[in-house]
Amino acid sequence: MTSIGVITFPGSLDDRDAQRAVRLAGATPVALWHGEHDLRGVDAIVLPGGFSYGDYLRCGAIASLSPIMAEVIDAAAKGMPVLGICNGFQMLTEAHLLEGGLIRNDHGSFICRDQRLRVENTSTAWTNGFVAGSEITIPLKNGEGSFIASAETIARLEGEGRVAFRYVDVNPNGSLNDIAGISNARGNVVGLMPHPEHATEEGFGPDTALAMRNGTDGLTVFTSAIAAFVSA
Amino acid sequence: MPVIVVEVMPKPELLDPQGKAVAGALHRLGKSGIAGVRIGKRFEVTVDEVTDAVLAEVTQLADDMFSNSVIEDVVSIVVEPSPTRA
Repeated sequence: MTSIGVITFPGSLDDRDAQRAVRLAGATPVALWHGEHDLRGVDAIVLPGGFSYGDYLRCGAIASLSPIMAEVIDAAAKGMPVLGICNGFQMLTEAHLLEGGLIRNDHGSFICRDQRLRVENTSTAWTNGFVAGSEITIPLKNGEGSFIASAETIARLEGEGRVAFRYVDVNPNGSLNDIAGISNARGNVVGLMPHPEHATEEGFGPDTALAMRNGTDGLTVFTSAIAAFVSA
Repeated sequence: MPVIVVEVMPKPELLDPQGKAVAGALHRLGKSGIAGVRIGKRFEVTVDEVTDAVLAEVTQLADDMFSNSVIEDVVSIVVEPSPTRA
């Protein structure tokens, strides 16, 4: 069975939610610890949300220098699927696995809402199960989620189709080009600020037209990664 | 022991919401002569001694760890003399 590791850092909050999402998607979640140099043979990795090291220095900066990140960077270079959610996305930019950076929301406030997104690229390891251009709703909760990069980097990301998710209806934090998530050139590393792991089980997700808290739009992020191993 | 002071600022072209919030408060207090505020970081790195090698190492750390060149600039690296204490 496919196993997906979820790394816990000091200050991670959504590690157990991510493990649950992995289980609901049909894979075996494996708890990994930031202080070890051991990926325990997992097939893919999730860097979960939270406030690692209290957001000291910069969000995700100290976590990106953790012992296990050496193995994550090596595995990513070999093509292993790596997903960074929220604080995990911030870690991926700090580790230079993804371009750009995340700064404080332009309005200065923490924001928590069910956020509509458009899936822009369905060829990445974490989005291949979506229909191109489909719109999904998953929770967004952050204080420093404003995606920025140089004009050249933004043009390259757009030109190479590496914007994986884009905010729809509302740009909640001032992100350039409404960018909610991006991938690396190979498509195995994806980072996004909103939280797919919080929309994976009916009764515990965003409201839908059908029923309260019924949204499970985030599940496909995890099943996408698993599909590659099942079909391989 | 000597201290190397590294100062890091958000890139000038980027919005600095912290500075903007402080400037907004100042305007509400009637400080009309203040046009803007930007907030950065100051690192005081205590070292055993200042040598060219140590300075080079701290300069490297300033670029690689204390700042993120995507969003910030290292604006100064200054050696402060050891404070004389009784």
